[in-house]
Parts: sequence; structure tokens; C-alpha cells
Amino acid sequence: MPEPIFEIRNLDVRFATHDGEVHAVRNVSLDIAEGECLGVVGESGSGKSQVFLAAMGLLSSNGRATGSVKYRGRELLGLPQHKLNRVRGSNITMIFQDPLTSLTPHMTIGAQIMEGLRSHRRIPRDVAEARAIEILEVVRIPEARQRMRQYPHELSGGMRQRAMIAMATVSGPDLLIADEPTTALDVTVQAQILDIMRELKSELKTAVVMISHDMGVIAGIADRVQVMREGQIVEAGPVEGIFYRPQHAYTKELIDAMPRLDKADLTETARAEPAPDAPKLLEVSDLKVHFPIKVAPWITRPLRAVDGVSFTLRQGETLGVVGESGCGKSTLARAILQLLPRTDGSVVWLGHDLDTHRREDLRKLRKELQIVFQDPLASLDPRCTVGQSIAEPLHALMPVLPREEVSARVKKMMARVGLDPGWINRYPHEFSGGQNQRVGVARAMIVEPKLVICDEAVSALDVSIQAQIVRLIAELQAQTHMSLIFISHDLAIVRQLAHRVIVLYMGQVVEIADGDTIYFDPRHPYTKALISAVPVPDPRLERAKKRIKLAGDLPSPLATRAPLTFLKSKVIDSATAEQYRPKLIQVSPGHFVAEHDEVVT
Amino acid sequence: MLSYAARRFLGALPTLFIIITFAFFMMRLAPGGPFDSNRHLPPEIEYNIEAAYNLDKPVYEQYFIYLDNLAHFDLGPSYKTKDFTVGEMIAAGLPVSLRLGLSAMALAIFFGIALGTIAALNKNKGTDYGVMVLAMFGITIPTFVTAPILTLIFGIYGVNFLGMDLSLPVGGWNGGALPNMILPVTVLALPQIAIISRLVRGSTIEALRSNYVRTARAKGLPAYLILWRHVLRSSLLPLVSYLGPAVAGLLTGSLIVEQIFGLPGIGRYFVNAALNRDYTLMMGVIIVYAVFIIGLNLVADLLYAVLDPRVTYKR
Repeated sequence: MPEPIFEIRNLDVRFATHDGEVHAVRNVSLDIAEGECLGVVGESGSGKSQVFLAAMGLLSSNGRATGSVKYRGRELLGLPQHKLNRVRGSNITMIFQDPLTSLTPHMTIGAQIMEGLRSHRRIPRDVAEARAIEILEVVRIPEARQRMRQYPHELSGGMRQRAMIAMATVSGPDLLIADEPTTALDVTVQAQILDIMRELKSELKTAVVMISHDMGVIAGIADRVQVMREGQIVEAGPVEGIFYRPQHAYTKELIDAMPRLDKADLTETARAEPAPDAPKLLEVSDLKVHFPIKVAPWITRPLRAVDGVSFTLRQGETLGVVGESGCGKSTLARAILQLLPRTDGSVVWLGHDLDTHRREDLRKLRKELQIVFQDPLASLDPRCTVGQSIAEPLHALMPVLPREEVSARVKKMMARVGLDPGWINRYPHEFSGGQNQRVGVARAMIVEPKLVICDEAVSALDVSIQAQIVRLIAELQAQTHMSLIFISHDLAIVRQLAHRVIVLYMGQVVEIADGDTIYFDPRHPYTKALISAVPVPDPRLERAKKRIKLAGDLPSPLATRAPLTFLKSKVIDSATAEQYRPKLIQVSPGHFVAEHDEVVT
Repeated sequence: MLSYAARRFLGALPTLFIIITFAFFMMRLAPGGPFDSNRHLPPEIEYNIEAAYNLDKPVYEQYFIYLDNLAHFDLGPSYKTKDFTVGEMIAAGLPVSLRLGLSAMALAIFFGIALGTIAALNKNKGTDYGVMVLAMFGITIPTFVTAPILTLIFGIYGVNFLGMDLSLPVGGWNGGALPNMILPVTVLALPQIAIISRLVRGSTIEALRSNYVRTARAKGLPAYLILWRHVLRSSLLPLVSYLGPAVAGLLTGSLIVEQIFGLPGIGRYFVNAALNRDYTLMMGVIIVYAVFIIGLNLVADLLYAVLDPRVTYKR
């Protein structure tokens, strides 16, 4: 192994809190050699970020680090700020998870890139500017000169993260520490960012630390991997060793918990197939939800959040809805639940057109249709005990139930979702994210609904918890024969549960197929791009994989031409004209693909 | 943004109109009139006086006459202070109040931001607690307490510091001479310093904890640059929304201080006009106040957009 440029020895990080001292990092030692990529993987709270925040002197004010952190033989820990600042931001740089909050909102991108450069090197403004534009082009930001004068909120998430990478590489660092740089991004954007990071590593010979919870991301980029848990390194080694011959039980657990696109591995609880003669529950046809957006004082344009979506759902069936942020998947869920007024189309529930709903009908519907939301803690009332939260739908929808009966049902439900019924009087903040999401599931299931919509229900959870909740939902479905609409940006998760999958793009369906078909035989270029962008937690596969790339960002949903990104031949070159609507073509039984142009890859 | 400002300005006119209307009729609802407290006059003389001021006409007619005059920028004669029009009185008093209020605000902004930032940088340390305790005092002790105490110390007893006489006059305007200004401006500024420093402390602590400040630190920028470029602008945003109404309040609401120090500002008109039923003067003062409050709120909103590029006023 070549001489390490960065050495951490026996690092401990402690935080003084009101509840006593928290020992976040315990005795961590690691080396990073020139030009290599070290992957640091672990779940939330494992201390993986704190190791490097401590090394950079960026701990929050109640944190204290002991041990040794050396950059090219120079001790960094305990250096006074002004000396640390010679290394920090110049030789070692860092990028962070959420590019929107991590960039200063009131400064232009250009100013933020140049200020670091100019504080480390005394160079004139125009030289710094030329260098900044150069680096923006390296990270493939189009129209770099104009972007320099833009503010962070004017860029898309992917652009912002590129700008952040530009900021961190402009000084030509030896070591770039990336703290979950793609977690907040869509998969196709994530793939673009990871490409850029790989290039930096191979072309500029920058050593990279990739901190991530996602084994797939690590598999694709790391040379060596450190697995962290509860502040300690439990296993370390070359990437192939970690993935193919994991030694520690926790590493195995992490790899196994990772949902895989290339195989549906929900082996223990085979998902229940709907009965062949199962009745139709829900029939959605040509559903449209448009929001009027003011573009000028007197001009409003419709934002076509959902634009002509049709599907049917049978009893006991699970429909997966996938697509990237802004594709309209959550709006679709809310429109089906009648939480949002629809612009056009119909939703037929058990042969009943919901368009003519009266308040009483809506009440009945609420009992049959439930939803589980994304953020488990935020979706529960912090001042209600979990028992009260779970019982709430009963009170609202079955007010005649006697008290003891309600409490008995709540306890039974808690047991079914894997919560100790003795915890009925606890509050959400006393629970972990996974437990709170079990409460969310229990709250939805208590009225024995016929359909549960899970809107990104597991997206905020760690992978091992994700797997548990997915398994729980599958089990409950097998027991109750309820239908599910499972909405997620994470294709691998949807793969675990869905019998059929709808791919949404700009409010329109681009492909519908069986769960397996859509992964093994995707036809639409967008589906292909989406699937190939999902990182597979297998280093050899991930590195050999041929990727179908989407260039650039998602178009603005206000542009009428946006849904025709894949059918450019039919675009009418006018901003206001009613555009052609791609038709769904059946390519095999049950497999529909939207019209698109021939793709040359 | 210019069109936004123009539209806000136009939007302010109906507001002003409603305020004028409301104030006009409220005044008339109060019992008594401007000439009631005078010694008893023969009825015909009283009638003549009232007729001279149109007070014999029905109230709605008086209202229209008033509006008509107002449209010609004529605030009318003062009913009580003979030989002066309301316009002249305001022209005499407003500059005094303006100078007083603006000086106090400038002082408060400077010390408030400085103290608030220092407290935030030393969060939960002695300095921080010291500043915050002082701020609490500043907010809780009213000006009619601080004014006499400071007057007593600097005006009556006199202060001799290293042989220098630091005594100050106890009152009077004296053409706005600096020694006369010091005490009233300080008294006016003290509670504002307290409020501003608490506001700034809170928002600065929040900004210091933000992700973007962490990014700035990761860039290796020196601490003063981080404070100046990254922290200060966002930590001053809440201050801007506070300053609009606060400046308006200081410009116009300094009547207690004006009374105590015997300054010829417009604050005292407010009280006197209300007590004497000096209808026109009262209306004039109300209009001045309303214009200031509306105008300064608009300025605050526009300033907000300048400080925070995410705020745009396109629509």
C-alpha cells in the first residue's frame, strides 16, 4: 500500500448533552492513500459523518475529539483555527448531503466558489473567476458563465450538488470528503454525480472519502470500505472482500438488507398473489390534476402534476408507482384519496363513481382507503400517545365503539405490527423511526381498509429498518388481502412488493408492466435509464454495468413540451400549442409502453 | 420590483383613506368640541366661531369639506393654536421628532447588532448572559423611569470624570445642539438596543448552526469573513421586518420623551390635540403617523428582497 496521506488514529468523539455524555465515535483508526477512494458505510447514528467532521474541526460546539488526525504527517487535531484553515478547504475539502441548505442562500454560486480559492491563494479576481468557470465546466454545468451569477435556489438539486463539488475541487485538493453527497437526489441525478466523482478520482488523482448508507453507491466507487456501527469500525477491507466475503455479521446484515433490483429477494414472506378472479377495487381513468401557476400578473398556466393517468387495481393486488421527484406520484395518491380536487377524469371505487361524493360517502370511503406517510415522526401528533394516534381513525369512523373495545383493538393492532401493546401510552419521540412507522402502519390498518396507499412510507428509514417495514406490510397484506398502492422513488423497494408497476414521467404514465417484466424487459428509454441508474450492491456488476444516461435535468413541469422529451419527433414548436399526447401501446399482455422515439445509445 | 413598489404604493392609498375616515368620525363621536372649554361666550359669538370653522354644518358635510381640503394638501387651521395652520405646526415639529427618532434608531441598530452578535458568538458564556440580562433590563424599564434617572445623574448632580465636566442639559431643544440631544436619544434608544440585541442574538445563533456556515468553515475561511459574508446577512433578516414598524414608532411615538425633556416635536401635539379636541391638528398628526407606518413597512419589505435573493416580488 502506498504512503497514506491521511491518517486517523484512535479517534474518539464525545458530545456533552443534557442527558449526559454521548460517545459518538469510539477508537476509530483509518488511513487513506493518495488517489484512492475509501467508502465509509453505516446506518444513521453510526458516527460515520462525525469521524470526518471531527477531523476537519467542524464538530458542533458541544463536541470534543481526542486521538490523532494527520494530514501528510501533520497533526490537525487541536490546531488553532487559523493554522487549520491552511489545510482545510485547500488540501482537504468536504461536500455535504443537502446541497440546498449547505450553500449560502444569499450569495451567488460564483462568489461561493471564488471565496475559498481567494482566501487560500492570493490571486486576482479575474483569475479566480476564470478558474471557477473552468471547474464548473469540469463538473458539467452548462452555461457556466451565467450560473456564476445565479443563486443556489435558482438551480436544480443536481446542479446545486455539482456546484458544491466545484467549490470543493476548485482549490485542487488531495482529499475530498463527501458526506452522503447523493442521498437527497434522484437516482438518475445520483448516477450523474457519481460519474463526476469517479472522474475527479481518476483524472485529478484526488483521494475521495465516500460516506454513505447506500451499499450500492459504495460498491460502485470505493476501493476500500470501512463498515461502521455505533461509533466503531466493525470491518474494513478492500471492496470485493467486504461485498463477497463479509466477515462480520453486521456487514452481512447490511448487504442482505439492501433491496436489490436484480432479484426479488423477499423470500421469507413470499408476496401473496391476488386471486385470479379477484374483484376490481379501483378504476382510475384519465385522471388529471392541474395546479394553476401564475407566471405573470394576469397569466396563469396549468402545472400538469398528474396528466391523464389510468389504471385498475384488483383486490389483494399491489401497484407500485415509481418516478423521480416532481413526476406527480404523491399528487396521484392524494387525488385518489380525494384529498385534492381533480381537474378531470374519474375515480371509480367498487363501481361507485367518487365524483358524485357526498360527505357521508367520503366518510365511508375513509374507512376503506387509508394512507401511510413518509416521515413517521412528523406525521404523528407529538402530543398524542401512540395509542391515541392509532385509535383516532376508530373514533372518527366508528364512533359507536365502546372504550374498552377501542383499546382492545389498538392493543391487538400494535401486536400485529410488532409493537409491544404495553407501549400504548408512550409518545412518538420515545420511539425510533422504524417503530414510529409501525405506528403509522397500525393507524392505517386499524379500520381494516381495503386499500392502503404507502406514500414513500419507508424512504426516510435505514435499510435494515426499511426491510423490516416492507416485510411487515407484505405480511399484513397476505393476512388481510388488502390492496396496496406503493409509491416510491426507490425502484428496488417497489420491486420487493409490487405485482404491477407504473412508471410516471412528468405526470404521465410511460410504462406499465408486471413487477418482473419491468425490471427485466423495460421498453421505454426513461424506464431503462431509471433502472440502470439504481446502484447495485455488487462491485463487479455495478462497475461492469452499461448505463443508459439521461442528459441534463428534468425539464420544467410548466413546459407543455416536457412530457415529449422522449418523443421529440412529435413536438410542436410552440410554447402554447396543445402538444401531442403519447399513446400507450401494448407490447405484450399487460405490458404497456408509451410511444417514444428510437433511442440510439 | 419597481412595479411591485408602485403597486404597493397605490395599494396604500385606500388604506390611508380608510384611516382618515375612521379617525375623522371617531373624533366627532367623542363628546365635546374644540370651543367648549372656553369661557362662556354669548351664543351668537359661539355660533360665529363655529361657522367660521364649518362646525355648524352636519358632520358628513364637514367630512367632505375636509377631504376636499386634503386633496389640495391643506390640513386646515389649528382650532386651538391661533394663527397657525396644522401644516405649519407639523413642519415645525416633525423635523425635531425625525432627528430624535432617527438618531435613536441609528444608535440602537449599531449597538443592538454589535451586542447581539457578541452574545451569539459567546453563546451560554458569561458575556452572553451579561448582555441578555442587560437587555432584559432595557426592555422592562420604561422610558419614564430611565429618563428622570439619567437626568438626575447627568443633569442635576453632574458628572466629573477625570476633571472633565460631563454634565448635560436637563431639557430643551436649543436648535438641536448635541448636548441637548444626548439624553433624549439615549433614553429612546435603550429599549430598542435591548430588543434588537435579543433579536439579532437569536437569528445569529441559528445562522451559526446552519449547514451553509459549516460549508463556509469547511472552506477554511477566516472567522471574520464567515461572520461578515455568510452569517450577518441572514441573521439581519428578522431585524428588517422588525425595523419597519419600529422606526415608525420611534419617529412618532416619542411623546413621553418629548414631554420629559421639553422638546418641540410632534409627539406632544398628539396628546394635546386629543385632549383639546383640536380636530384638524389631530387629523394631521394621524395622517403623518399613518404615512410613516405604511411607508416604512414598504421599505422593510423591499429591503427584505434585497437581502434575501429568494424573495422576489414579481407578482
